[in-house]
Amino acid sequence: MQGAAPAHRNPLAPAPGARRRRLINRAMEGVATVAAALAVAVLLLVVISVLIKGLPAINLDFLTKNPAPFGQRGGGIANSIVGSAILIGLASAMSVPVAVLIAIFTSEFAGRRTAGAIRFALDILNGVPTIVTGVFVFGLIVYGARQSGWAGGIALAVIELPIVARSAQEVLELVPRSLREAGLALGLRRWRVVLRIVLPTAAGGLITGAVLGVARVAGETAPLLFTSSIFSNFGLTTNPAQAMPNIPVTIFGLSESPSPSDHAAAWAAALVLIAFVLLLSIVARSFHERSRSRLRG
Amino acid sequence: MELDPIASRGESQRDLARAPADAADGAGPRRGCSVTVEQLRAYYGEQQVLKGIDITFPANEVTAIIGPSGCGKSTLVRCINRMHEEVPGARAEGRVLLDTEDVYAPKVDVTAVRRAIGMVFQRPNPFPTMSIFDNVAAGLKLAGIRGERMRQRVHEALRAVGLWEEVKDRLGASGAGLSGGQQQRLCIARTIAVEPEVVLMDEPCSALDPIATLRIEELIDELKARYTIVIVTHNMQQAARVANSTAFMLDGELIEHAPTNDIFTTPRDERTERYVTGKFG
Repeated sequence: MQGAAPAHRNPLAPAPGARRRRLINRAMEGVATVAAALAVAVLLLVVISVLIKGLPAINLDFLTKNPAPFGQRGGGIANSIVGSAILIGLASAMSVPVAVLIAIFTSEFAGRRTAGAIRFALDILNGVPTIVTGVFVFGLIVYGARQSGWAGGIALAVIELPIVARSAQEVLELVPRSLREAGLALGLRRWRVVLRIVLPTAAGGLITGAVLGVARVAGETAPLLFTSSIFSNFGLTTNPAQAMPNIPVTIFGLSESPSPSDHAAAWAAALVLIAFVLLLSIVARSFHERSRSRLRG
Repeated sequence: MELDPIASRGESQRDLARAPADAADGAGPRRGCSVTVEQLRAYYGEQQVLKGIDITFPANEVTAIIGPSGCGKSTLVRCINRMHEEVPGARAEGRVLLDTEDVYAPKVDVTAVRRAIGMVFQRPNPFPTMSIFDNVAAGLKLAGIRGERMRQRVHEALRAVGLWEEVKDRLGASGAGLSGGQQQRLCIARTIAVEPEVVLMDEPCSALDPIATLRIEELIDELKARYTIVIVTHNMQQAARVANSTAFMLDGELIEHAPTNDIFTTPRDERTERYVTGKFG
């Protein structure tokens, strides 16, 4: 055989700089993992510290009794729990139906530009600081009159509306076009198609959005400071015409007090609130999974 | 018999499957309507996709529409039952006569048009939140036909599409649990339950396996005794199997419309000949 054999070339040999790129890749993976762990760690930190500080003061009395008269020990935050429930109930009753109707309008009836404008407006409303919303409702309803559960409910509703509406819009858009076409091709009117075909298909996702909206407003403090913070701290109030005790403002009030047992109660109230929000988030997530599997197939 | 929680309005499975009191035989032949398209032009915004189509679909016959992708065959059938105008920015001009009535006449109610001209889509689309019974009944219940008459129509429709034996024991189960071929037959049952005059089919078998396809082609052959059928297909063998006549479209125009045998063996237009022999498309 003539001539030198060609220099042996290994086709699998690494390219120049490959080792450095591999190291950078591992470093980036590491950074991303640390960031994720940090996020989870912060959540755990908050939950665990509230748990440790709040659990000692939690007992059946705390959850079922109203605050003890001034100077006495014992009592609980039952009136705040009930008041918060009523405020959230009012807010949701006002905001959820309107939000779903807005979503139906933009996804079924509005033209593309109108839908885009409404989406934009909702996003801006979503970004309004809640203290501004509180001041707005204060100026509109409370000023010149008095604080009330209605004012608090309206303030919370304004905050809840864009959350539920945007979520509902996304869910309704996920309903496949083919289902609407099938309904229309059968000779059904548009509103029938929406009511009997689109809404039931999107139901799981709509509920998720509503639950997330509730979870968000459950802890809003600023708007309630303006609309429902001057209340009788001792009795149970169920009349929305008066200012209603509620958990966030109660936490605030208790933490301002000089008494250490009040501080312990503040932690305990915070624990109740965070437990409620966590529970809602889990419920929302399970509805989300259910609706996603249904939309898929 | 315990109640199935998903069954329609709480009725038990047995009630749903019960033979209706006046089980008249509604499965005999029935004269359908012809469809005549005159100078149909269709637009998506500024773009014209149908350039003046004139064609007649004879009553009680199967007409296939073939042509390369984008030639406008789907748009043509969607103009017949006025589904085309549901797309934002889309419009149609011209006349579409159901026997002698123009579906585009100004006073015509578009939902009445769609009840008389039904449509089966390419991908089966049963309503996921409804049971099998409710799916077939959807066009009826929500249009005011209820009770015994509704039950009778649902049973007939399921029998007509050959699904009855397979689902009669689980009419309350969700429609999503059926196979692709069964789902498409369910959609066909849903369409014929409202007893339209015409059934439009937009590539009804393209998402199905060959065996399911064959069953649906047999079904089409049976259905033409009662309805006028227009089927869009990209499968020329399918057209040869099911259609009495075939129309060839290209670039928004109707090139040729003839008995199926003639189109495939002795096409008159050179473009038709090139398409059916596979030279393009």
